[in-house]
Amino acid sequence: MTLFDRSPIVTGTSVVALKYKDGIMMATDCLASYGSLARFRDVERMVPVGEHTIVGASGELSDFDYLKEQLESLMIDEYESQDGHTLGPRNVYEYLHRVMYARRSKMNFLWNTLVVGGIKNGDRFLGCVDMKGVTYSSSTIATGYGAYLAQPILRKAVEGREDTLDEASARRILDQVMKVLFYRDARSLNKIQVTTVNASGVTISAPYSLPTEWAFAENIRGYGATPAQ
Amino acid sequence: MATTSIDSFPATARPGGFSFELHTRNQVLSSRGAAVPRATKTGTTIVGVVYKHGVVLGADTRATEGPIVADKNCEKIHYIAPNMYCCGAGTAADTEFTTNLISSQLELHRLATGRQARVVTAMTLLKQMLFKYQGQVGAALILGGCDVEGPQLFSIHPHGSTDKLPYVTMGSGSLAAMSIMEAKWTPDMERQDAIDLVDNAIRAGIFNDLGSGSNVDVTVITPEGVDVLRNYATPNERGVREGVYDYARGTTKVLTESIRSLVEVVDGDAMEVE
Repeated sequence: MTLFDRSPIVTGTSVVALKYKDGIMMATDCLASYGSLARFRDVERMVPVGEHTIVGASGELSDFDYLKEQLESLMIDEYESQDGHTLGPRNVYEYLHRVMYARRSKMNFLWNTLVVGGIKNGDRFLGCVDMKGVTYSSSTIATGYGAYLAQPILRKAVEGREDTLDEASARRILDQVMKVLFYRDARSLNKIQVTTVNASGVTISAPYSLPTEWAFAENIRGYGATPAQ
Repeated sequence: MATTSIDSFPATARPGGFSFELHTRNQVLSSRGAAVPRATKTGTTIVGVVYKHGVVLGADTRATEGPIVADKNCEKIHYIAPNMYCCGAGTAADTEFTTNLISSQLELHRLATGRQARVVTAMTLLKQMLFKYQGQVGAALILGGCDVEGPQLFSIHPHGSTDKLPYVTMGSGSLAAMSIMEAKWTPDMERQDAIDLVDNAIRAGIFNDLGSGSNVDVTVITPEGVDVLRNYATPNERGVREGVYDYARGTTKVLTESIRSLVEVVDGDAMEVE
């Protein structure tokens, strides 16, 4: 049954990613929200697909679970064909594009914005596909609130420097951007994971927290003409 | 018999607040196809920052009418008092007239009290007016200034709420600008660091928000005085045309020429009018 006017129930917020010298880095927080309830706080919103690709998801997480199963089947079929080829990031991207657009055309959406990134034979790729099947490829990607809060910082830090940006700098940029998102996105969590995809493969970090500053609040009293005491 | 005395005429019916008596008439008109005029909005990225010695205000310079850029270099940082300026986002006419009105009220207040105006006074006048109009006056303001209490910064929303903070952003580009603020603001910055922060925050709005664009205006307010740095940065200057695209005489070959005089000059100069 087609239910085009349903809204997402259990959701993930922004995914951010950038291209750097040796490949791709992507970051997500570990939160699955249930509306305004921070319900599940240990969720992994990024999944490796083969040795070359990482896929991150924001939006309805049950639809992401379904997609993970589909991607697993895809990789198994490709393995079984034993044709000497493995699927790379561009192939996974094209596959997800087709799946998302096909569901959109039946008005039965998979309510996600997916970020696909990876490197194969030195070719770095980073792109996103949304619930309508719209695709976009760039050296910086950010979904959800990240498009408003993270993209300005990512573009300034990365554009033009994709080939010289080293891993430590890329990590610093993502940490800074995830911190800004924790400050200003009311559906985020200060528990994040960062994935690095380079020639050696896909490495998803253990969850960790970012240091935040709240001392500025000590000097604020009231919201207007409250006399300082 | 319906009363049509001057007291029931909308403009003089009640003191204070809007009269909504024309609402039914407007609805009927638009249902009959009369186009509702679009308000010029400012799209906008505006910011304010408190630094060690004062306040720095910043704004972009694009004014929009829907998807059209109505003004490529408008001024969004308005004078309120010698020690106070106010950035405005939202409906352009509302921000302009509201800041002018409060500036005028403050000047009279200054003359009556014989003292420098306080930032909280301007803030209170603004919020009380905006609340009275229940958000219908679409003015989202960032008010900054220096007075006896030191440098102060407020953000004022169209419904009349205020926030007192060390850094604020408003307008459609506020998230882009706020991301820069959250990444780079520190307490007690030096003057040039504060200006650079404001410049970068406005640029983030100019380049990432479609409602903002063109140039960066900066105003620095300290107890000593004010520096209005209009067009502090112009990162969107129009390109210079590179070639000469005029066709030289003779490019199109003239085959025949025929000249007919339409005017026969009997007396005087051919160019004379009378």
